[in-house]
Amino acid sequence: MAQMILEVEDLTVSFDGFKAVDGVNFYVEQDELRCVIGPNGAGKTTLLDMICGKTKPTSGTIKFNRRELSEMLEYQITRAGVGRKFQNPSVYEDLTVLENLEISYPRKRNVLGSLFFRRSSEIQGKIESVAHQIYLGDSLGMKAGLLSHGQKQWLEIGMLLMQDPELLLLDEPVAGMSPREREQTAVLLNAISKGRSIVVIEHDMAFVRMIAHKVTVLHQGKLLAEGTMDQVQSDERVIEVYLGH
Amino acid sequence: MENVLPAAAAPAAKKSPLALMERWGWLILAVLLLVVLPLWLDVFRLTLAAKYLSLGFCAVGLVLIWGYGGILSLGQGVFFGLGSYMMAMFLKLEAASNPDSSSGTALSAFFGGEGMPDFMVWNSVEVLPWWWEPFHHVGFTIPAILLIPALSAFVFSYAVFRKRVGGVYFSIITLALSAILAIMIIGQQGYTGGVNGINDFRTFMGLDLNNDKAKHVMYFITVVTLLGVVGIGTFILRSRLGKILVAIRDREDRVRFSGYDPAMFKAFIYAVAALFSAIGGALFTIQVGLASPSLVGIVPSVEMVIYAAVGGRLSLIGAVYGSLIVGSAKTLFSENFVEYWMYFIGGLFVFVVMFLPEGLAGLLARLREGKNRRENV
Amino acid sequence: MQAFTGLSIFTILMLMALGLAIVFGLMGVINMAHGELMAMGAYTTFGVAQFFKAFLPGLMSIYVIVGIVLAFIVTSIFGFLLERGLIRFLYKRPLDTLLATWGISLILQQVYRQFIDSREVEVPTVSWLQGAWQMTEGVTLPLSRLFIVGLAIATAFLVYMLLFRTRWGLRIRAVTQNRAMAGAAGIDTRRVDSFTFALGCGLAGIAGSSFTMLASTGPTTGQQYIVDTFIVVVFGGVESLLGTILSAFIIGQMQSWFEYGMSGSMARASILALVILVLYFRPNGLFAAKVRR
Repeated sequence: MAQMILEVEDLTVSFDGFKAVDGVNFYVEQDELRCVIGPNGAGKTTLLDMICGKTKPTSGTIKFNRRELSEMLEYQITRAGVGRKFQNPSVYEDLTVLENLEISYPRKRNVLGSLFFRRSSEIQGKIESVAHQIYLGDSLGMKAGLLSHGQKQWLEIGMLLMQDPELLLLDEPVAGMSPREREQTAVLLNAISKGRSIVVIEHDMAFVRMIAHKVTVLHQGKLLAEGTMDQVQSDERVIEVYLGH
Repeated sequence: MENVLPAAAAPAAKKSPLALMERWGWLILAVLLLVVLPLWLDVFRLTLAAKYLSLGFCAVGLVLIWGYGGILSLGQGVFFGLGSYMMAMFLKLEAASNPDSSSGTALSAFFGGEGMPDFMVWNSVEVLPWWWEPFHHVGFTIPAILLIPALSAFVFSYAVFRKRVGGVYFSIITLALSAILAIMIIGQQGYTGGVNGINDFRTFMGLDLNNDKAKHVMYFITVVTLLGVVGIGTFILRSRLGKILVAIRDREDRVRFSGYDPAMFKAFIYAVAALFSAIGGALFTIQVGLASPSLVGIVPSVEMVIYAAVGGRLSLIGAVYGSLIVGSAKTLFSENFVEYWMYFIGGLFVFVVMFLPEGLAGLLARLREGKNRRENV
Repeated sequence: MQAFTGLSIFTILMLMALGLAIVFGLMGVINMAHGELMAMGAYTTFGVAQFFKAFLPGLMSIYVIVGIVLAFIVTSIFGFLLERGLIRFLYKRPLDTLLATWGISLILQQVYRQFIDSREVEVPTVSWLQGAWQMTEGVTLPLSRLFIVGLAIATAFLVYMLLFRTRWGLRIRAVTQNRAMAGAAGIDTRRVDSFTFALGCGLAGIAGSSFTMLASTGPTTGQQYIVDTFIVVVFGGVESLLGTILSAFIIGQMQSWFEYGMSGSMARASILALVILVLYFRPNGLFAAKVRR
C-alpha cells in the first residue's frame, strides 16, 4: 500500500447543530490526484476548509504526513506544506503578477526576513518558469486585478506552485473558464501533479474524467462512494443522488 | 534587482506616475524644508513650521498603517503624547534642579519643593513619584521614548490583531485609548500637570532652548529626522514587507494561506507608526516647550488622520506636505478668522473623503496620467 | 441608592446607544456626528423652552413633551438629509464614513457655538419634574431621573415594536441582513436605508432632549459622549439591540459603583479600559449572536 499523505478520520463539524460534514473518513495517497464531487451543500468546500485551517472541526482528526493539523493556525498549516486555492479566485489585485508570485515564495515569511528580502536570480528564475507554466509568462508586470477570470484562476494556482506544497487543495479550478481554458488547465494539473498530491473539487464531470485518478462522492456531509470514475458513475447510490428519485 | 531579467525589468522600468511624483516630491520637499523655509521665515514662524512637522511624524506613520496596512488608528495621539510627555518629564526635572531656569522653579524652591516640578508643589505632591525618577537621565529618557511607545503598541496591537479584531472596531478601540489617556492625564493633575500640561522649561542638557540659534538647530534636527523617517518608510514599503502589507490590506485571508501571520505584520507596522509618532512628540515638546493633554485626546488623534488624507493616504511625502498645509491653514485661520477654522477643517474631512480619496498626491498623479495619455495619442 | 444611580445612568446610556445601535449596529455606519445629533436634540428642546417662555407661559408645564417630539423630528430630518447627501455614497467605505462624519461633527459644533451660544445653555425645570419621590426612609429618587427612566423604557419598547412587529421593521431587518435579496424581493433598499438612518438619528435627538433635564448643553457636549456611546454598542455586540441594552445596563452599574470609590473621570477611564479588556476576550461583544461564517 502506498504512503498516505493525508488521513482524515471521523471528521465532523456542526454549525448550531447542522452537521455540514459528518463523520467523514478521507485518505489521499502520495502523488495522487483526487477529485471530490457531490451536489451543492454536500460539504466539499467545508472539508477543504477544515484541512487548511479556515474552519475548525468539531471533532475528528486530520493528519498530514502524520502531523495533526486541526490544532494549527492557517499560516502554520500552509508552512507545513498544504496549499489552498479558493472557489472565487483570490489573488492580490493591487499587486502585479510578478509580485503575487513573489509573495508566495516560501522563504523569509517573517517580518524581518521580508523586510530585507532581495529577489535573487534563482527566485526570479522560479517566478519566470511558474509564470510560463500558468500561461502568464507575458503578463508579469500586469496588475492582477486586470487579468481575466480564468487567468486569475491560473495565477492562484501559480501562487500555490511557488509555495511548492506537498498537498494542493483546489476548489473549482475551472469555474468560469472557456472550454479551451479548461483543457489548458487539465494539462496544467496533470503536469503539476508529478511529485505532489492534489485534491480537486469540481462539478464538471468531463473535466473530472480528464484528470482524476480516483473520485470521492460526498452527499449531505457524508461519504457516499469512492473509486475510479467508472466505478463511481455506475454506483446506484450516486446515480440516485445525482438524478433524484 | 531590476537587472536580473529583462522580461521582468521592462514593465517595472516604466515608473507609475505616483512613484515618479514621489521622487520629485522628495527633492522639492528637501529644498523647501532645508533652504526655502529657513531663509524665508522668521524664528517664530519657523518654530510653527517645526510644530507642524512634528505632527507630520504621526501623519507619516498613518500612511504606513492606514494607507498601506488598511488599519485606521485613531490613537496616534497616545504615542505622540507618550513621546511628548516623556521628553517633558526630562526637561521639567532638569528645570526643577536649576532654580535660575524658570520662575516656577524658583517659586517652588521658595516653598520648600526643591528639585520638584513646580506643579507638583502646587498640588501638594511632596515626593517625586518613582516613575518620574529615571527621567533625570537623558540616557534613560531617549531610549524610553524610542522603545516604550513602540513596544506597547506592538504588544497591544498584536494581541488585538491575533483575535482578528480589525476595521472599524480597531478604530473605535484606539479612539477609546486616546480618550483614556487624556482623561487620566487631566485627572492626575499632581503627577502629570493636569489640563495645563507640563511646561515652563528652557534648557535641554544645559543648552538654552529659547534663543534663535537653538531654535534653528532644533528645526534642522526635526527636518532631517523627518526626512529620515520618510526614508525608512519608503524602504519598508519597497521591500517585500510593503507588498505583504498591501496584500493583507486587500485580502487578509489569502495571506494566511500564503504562509504568513498577518497579525505579526500588522503589529510590526503599527509599532513603527507608534515609534514615529513618539519621536514627533518628543521633538514637539522640545520646540514648543509644552506637553499637553490637548495633543493626546480624540480630537488631535483624528485630526492627524486628515494630515495624511490631504497629502494622500498612499504617499509618505504627501503626509509631510499635508501636515504643513493643514498646519499653515490652521495658523492662518486662527490669526484672521478663528471662528471659521472648524468649518474649514470639518469641510476638509468631508471634501477629501468624497472627492479626493487619494489626496493631493492622487490628484497630481491623475493629472499626470491624463497628460501622458494625451501625449501618447 | 447606588443601584438607582446605576439604573439612571443605564437609561441615559441606553437612550444614547439605541440610536447608534440602529445606525452602527444594524446598518454598519460609523456616525461620529451622533453626539452632535444628541446636542441638536438638546438645543431643539432648549429652543422650545424659550418659545414657550416667551409666547405660551401658561403651557410651560408641557414644553418637555413638545421638546422631545420636536427633537425627534428635527434630528431625524437632519439625519435623513445627511444620509441622502453624504452617507449613502460611502456605504462600502466604513473608515471613510467615520472621517466624513467626524467632519460633520466639527461643523455642527461650530454652528452651535456661533449661532446658539458658545457657553452652555440650560432649560428651566418644569414644576412636575421638580422634587423627588421618597421611596423609603433615606431613599429619595429625583423625579426628573424617574421620568428619564420611564422615557427610556418607553422608547426601547417602541423601537422594539417597530423593528419586530411591523412590516416596516421587517423591511429594515431584511435590508440590513441581505441587501441584494431584499432588493430582489422588491424592497426599495435606498429608501429603507434613508429612513432607518433617520430613525437612528431621531433617537439621538430624544436622548439629547432628555439630557437637558440633567445637565446643561454646550457645543462640545456631543463630543464628550461619543466614545462612551460607541463603546456601549461595541461592548454589547453590534448586531444585537438587546445586547446594547444589556451592555448599557452593565456599564451604567459599573459607572455608579466605580464613582463611589474614585473621581468621576477616573471611573470613566477605568470603565473604558475594562471594556477594552473584555472585548479582547470576546471580540464580537458580550452578547453577540453566533453566526455561521
